[in-house]
Amino acid sequence: MNIIVSTIVILSSLGVLSAVILYLVAQKFQVYEDPRIDEVNEQLPGANCGGCGFAGCRAFAEALVKSDDISALLCPVGGSNTMTQIAERLGKTATAKEPLTAVVRCSGSCEVRPGINSFDGPPSCAVMSVTYAGTTGCSFGCLGQGDCAVSCGFDAIHINPATMLPEVDDEKCTACGACVKACPKFIIELRKKGPKNRRIYVSCINQDKGGIARKSCAAACIGCSKCLKACPFEAITINNNLAYIDNTKCRLCRKCTPECPTSAIRELNFPPKKTIDKEPVAG
Amino acid sequence: MIKTFKLGGIHPADQKISADVAVEQTAPEGTVQIFLSQHIGAPAEPVVAKGDRVKVGQLVAKAAGFVSANIHSSVSGTVTNIDMVQDHLGIKKKAVIIKVEGDDWLENIDRSEKIVGEISLSSEEIRKKVAEMGIVGLGGAAFPSHVKLSVPPGKTAQYLIINAAECEPYLTSDYRVMMEHTEELMIGIQILKRAIGVSKAYIGIEINKPAAIEKLKSFLPAYEGIEIVALKKKYPQGGEKQLIKAVTGKEVPSGGLPIDAGAIVHNVGTTLSVYEAVQKNKPLIDNIVTITGKSVAQQKNLLVRVGTPVSKLIEIAGGIPENTGKIILGGPMMGKAISNVDAPTQKSASSVLLMDEKESYRGKPAVCIRCSRCISVCPMGLEPYLIKRLSERNMFDELETNSAHDCIECGCCMYICPANLPLLDYIRLGKTEVLKRKRNRKL
Repeated sequence: MNIIVSTIVILSSLGVLSAVILYLVAQKFQVYEDPRIDEVNEQLPGANCGGCGFAGCRAFAEALVKSDDISALLCPVGGSNTMTQIAERLGKTATAKEPLTAVVRCSGSCEVRPGINSFDGPPSCAVMSVTYAGTTGCSFGCLGQGDCAVSCGFDAIHINPATMLPEVDDEKCTACGACVKACPKFIIELRKKGPKNRRIYVSCINQDKGGIARKSCAAACIGCSKCLKACPFEAITINNNLAYIDNTKCRLCRKCTPECPTSAIRELNFPPKKTIDKEPVAG
Repeated sequence: MIKTFKLGGIHPADQKISADVAVEQTAPEGTVQIFLSQHIGAPAEPVVAKGDRVKVGQLVAKAAGFVSANIHSSVSGTVTNIDMVQDHLGIKKKAVIIKVEGDDWLENIDRSEKIVGEISLSSEEIRKKVAEMGIVGLGGAAFPSHVKLSVPPGKTAQYLIINAAECEPYLTSDYRVMMEHTEELMIGIQILKRAIGVSKAYIGIEINKPAAIEKLKSFLPAYEGIEIVALKKKYPQGGEKQLIKAVTGKEVPSGGLPIDAGAIVHNVGTTLSVYEAVQKNKPLIDNIVTITGKSVAQQKNLLVRVGTPVSKLIEIAGGIPENTGKIILGGPMMGKAISNVDAPTQKSASSVLLMDEKESYRGKPAVCIRCSRCISVCPMGLEPYLIKRLSERNMFDELETNSAHDCIECGCCMYICPANLPLLDYIRLGKTEVLKRKRNRKL
């Protein structure tokens, strides 16, 4: 009986003593953390994609809470909605930004850009790009091994087996930029999503002279500058035999698309154009 | 005891089918495309323009900086253009395109067969001459030779090692140099010795070339200060670091140059071109290229002018056999399968190897079975399986701590791997990335 009592007394006093020590230590070494960080973190999508430029959502939440001006920060996954909600909660102002989406700037499908050799190494664009120029005559274009598809955390980009080119799913793409970083050929670009997902872009990055580019790929931009002349808004520039449409200036008038002799300028999600018939009207 | 390097190494089959074929000259014809960057370092700057007439041996591009090399015309004719040309890997590089007209050499090049034994130039003059004649290492890396001959201040060269290992299967171009130009080679070694100020040179040669060893030995009495070091047959004995280890027993530190171990290594082919440059005033405009393969109609060792299309060489050897799977520029271990047969040859081209489908089949990759054979054969003491995995996962800091940049890309790991894993492909990727990061940090 005596043993039991003394054991209980000793153990409980030990417990109390430890608790007091722990309490004092915790007080001494306490790190204050803004409770808003946790709240903001919960408002964020939690994809940890790194699209904001920070190492995960929590780091981004910390940056949002700590910095005074958050107008430059953006969570591409949550978009403007999430940003305004967070800004309201923090009493700061977020500037509305137009949503972006990934765009693949290569139209070298199997038909227009025939293969001239085969690659038997591991299926990785990164490996292929340090080994040689690729299986086709174009040394700029898509290698088709799908590093972009592997890098995508939202299942938004896939290689189309028919064309061997990646295709972006507008609904799923959050413009986190993972595929842009994964592509060793720098083909993928983040561009404005555009009203009703309507976009116009030059779907080629071949900087060869016209003749050489055309020889290796029938859909290559040959730098003929026809689009440059057609554009009423000076949105098109040509550098190194390659046209580029500045999407801050482009107003989607679609005057450049019919001018392109190789159909390298691509328009997406537009209604079919009213055909101006050159054929004689029946009747 | 026969020497060799200690760490790793493999024993691929010899396959020196073309060893006994004498070197043939090829007549220049058609057009040649001479790249402005055929060496490690800055690309040379062109000094000719479209429409200029050039003679054989005339300077067409000047070295841009210390680590760079002069480029000379290998033919006589008219410069038709200076434009981007696809190399053997399909990558576009700037080249001088010359239409061949006749074979008109510069007058000051001594084309006679006479062997000039007397060396009249001083060490400094030899270095200048080597730089002027655009000599680069013909062992594969094409490192400008005058840079190697200039010993940096604070360091002394103790050993001159002549790389005659030719450890890659199939290749026989160095062997033919040793058999046909033995005396010139000996004089070349004397020139190199004078240039770097050492009294003794070692020729590292594998014992699978007994005829060449005999031939070299017969010239030893006439040329003092040369020792022949017979080495065990083991790949990659011809790697610079491995050869230094085999011959001198010293190790080049990680990230260091051979001179850090007191050694300077020159290839047999380079030595011959140094002889030609110094004694005969001939720039590096041609080199011996082996055209070989099991199903090739005629095995050839050709003296090829720089810039000749690879397809022409294959034609001379009887065309591409039907069952060809890969055409490889260089040896089967370190060479690269080419994607463009019309690409011009470069200064450092050593071989065109036509492999049949069966031989070039890489096998289906399985999963790593952790047998650690890649580790035991790696001549640099690396862990190939680990570097591959890190490289797959973009773990660059870890790649650097595991010395991915020390890889010499010899391919031993991939040769031995029972699971057919694409080890070297990923290691090369990681190595490129680590080197890029190291360079950026320095800037």
